[in-house]
Amino acid sequence: MADATYPDDLRYHEEHDWARIEGDQATLGITWYAQDSLGEVVFFDPPEVGATIQKDSSYAEVESVKAVSDVIAPLSGEIVEVNDALQDNPEKVNEDPYGDGWLVKIRLTSPEEAETLLGGAEYRKMLDR
Amino acid sequence: MSTAAAKRTPLYEQHAELGAKLVPFADWEMPVTYEGIREEHSAVRRHAGMFDVSHMGEVEVEGPGALAFLQRALSNDVTKIAIGGAQYSCLCQEDGGVLDDLFAYRLGGDRYLVVTNAANHEADLAWLGRQSRGFDVIVRDVADRYAMLAVQGPHARAVLGSALGIELPSRFRVSHVRVGRRPALACGTGYTGEDGVELLIDPEVAAPIWSELLDAGVVPCGLGARDTLRLEVCFPLHGNELTPERNPIEAGLGWCCKEATDFIGSEAIARARAEGTAEKLVAFEIEGQGIPREGNPVLHDGEPAGIVTSGTFAPSLELGAGMAYVKSELAEVGTAIEIDVRGKHRPARIASKPLYDAKRS
Repeated sequence: MADATYPDDLRYHEEHDWARIEGDQATLGITWYAQDSLGEVVFFDPPEVGATIQKDSSYAEVESVKAVSDVIAPLSGEIVEVNDALQDNPEKVNEDPYGDGWLVKIRLTSPEEAETLLGGAEYRKMLDR
Repeated sequence: MSTAAAKRTPLYEQHAELGAKLVPFADWEMPVTYEGIREEHSAVRRHAGMFDVSHMGEVEVEGPGALAFLQRALSNDVTKIAIGGAQYSCLCQEDGGVLDDLFAYRLGGDRYLVVTNAANHEADLAWLGRQSRGFDVIVRDVADRYAMLAVQGPHARAVLGSALGIELPSRFRVSHVRVGRRPALACGTGYTGEDGVELLIDPEVAAPIWSELLDAGVVPCGLGARDTLRLEVCFPLHGNELTPERNPIEAGLGWCCKEATDFIGSEAIARARAEGTAEKLVAFEIEGQGIPREGNPVLHDGEPAGIVTSGTFAPSLELGAGMAYVKSELAEVGTAIEIDVRGKHRPARIASKPLYDAKRS
C-alpha cells in the first residue's frame, strides 16, 4: 500500500467511495482512506449485473480479516459490469484502489447527481477535518 | 463505553512508533495490527511473532490454604500442578457457567499465579476474594507488577533464548528467570497453537526488551492476528465461546473439569456431563465464498440450528471459518450446515478441531 492519494480526475463521496465518470457510465471503487481503514481486503461480495443501485445506499460489501464494510453508491445507476478479478485477488483493492481494484461499472440513471460529489482536494480537506 | 480514559500498556509508545492501529479493548487501548493481520498471522505460523498482552491480569494466591482454595475455585485438579508447573482451568459459578478461563502457574510450594482475561480481571478478583473466605490464603492483585509479552512461533524459543540469554521452560512449565536484570517469569504457554513462551516481566524493562526482540527479527503482532491464530486452532475466547450462560461441557472443555475435586460448579457440570447438553461448540468451515461473523445464525435444512460465536477469514486455511454452538444432534464432524451471513445462506460443514494443526502442516 503506497501513500495516500486522491486523484483529481475522480469524484468522491463522503462515505469514502470514488467514481470515474465517462459519458453515461461510471466506474466505482473505494478510496485509499477506506481501504487503509479496513485493512487487507479478503473478500468482495459484488452485486449482480443488471441490479440497480441507489446513491447513498449500500450496494456491495468488502471484507477484511476482521471486519465487514458496506460500500455506499456515490451515484445511482444500473450495474453493467463487476470486477471479477477481485474474486481471486481481492487484495487489489488495497494495492491499486483506483486502478485494478475498481469494484463495479454502472450506467448512470441520474447523471446530475455528480454535482453533489467532491473533488480530490475537497475530499482530502474533509478527511483532514 | 466508560468515560474513563483507556488504559495503556508499558509498550504504548512502541506501538504508536511502529504505526500500529490502536483500538479500545476491555478498557485498554491495544494494537490490533501493525503491518496487516495476514502478515502477522503468517509470521507466527512460520517464524516468530510477539504480542503485547500486558492487558491480561495477574492474581497471586499465597498461603498454607492456597492449594485447598484453588482446588475449590478452579475446575481442574490443582494437586496435579508440580512446583514450576502450569495448568488450564475454568473459573465457574455454582450453576457451572464459566466466569473465566485461565492458566494457573505454581510458583512455589504455597504460591500460585493465575492469569486472567483483561475484561474479567476485576470481576475475577472480587469473586476469588469472596470465595477465599475461610481459607488460610491471601488473594492479591498483582496486575501492575507485570508486563506480559507472548513470543510465539516455530522459531520463538531459539530467537528468545539467544536474544535474552535465558533458559526457557518446556511446554506447560514456568521458570524464574532474569530479564533486563529484573526477576521475571517465563511460561511455556500461548494462545496461537504454535510453540512459544509467555514472559511476565517488570513493566520498566518492557520497552528495551521489546526493542531487543524487534532487532532480533521477532515480528510485532496485534490482537487481530492473535484472534485468527487462536480461532484456527479452536482455542475458546471468553466472551465469545465461553460465558456465564454456558458450561464447560457444552464448550468441549470437559477435559479440564475434574468434578471429584468438588470445585464450585462441579455438581452442575457433573449433571451436564451425565445428561448431555442441548448444544455443543463445534468448529466449521465455509464451503465456497463468504466469511462468517460472530452472531450469524446457523441453519440446518433451513431451520435455526445454532449461532456463530467467532468467525473470521482464516489466513492459514484461506477460507471463512469459525466456531458455533449447534444442536448436539448436529454436532458431528461432516454435518452440512448453512451460515446466515447477513441474509446470504453460505454452505458450511462441521469440521474437526483444530481447524489448523501446526504439527501436521
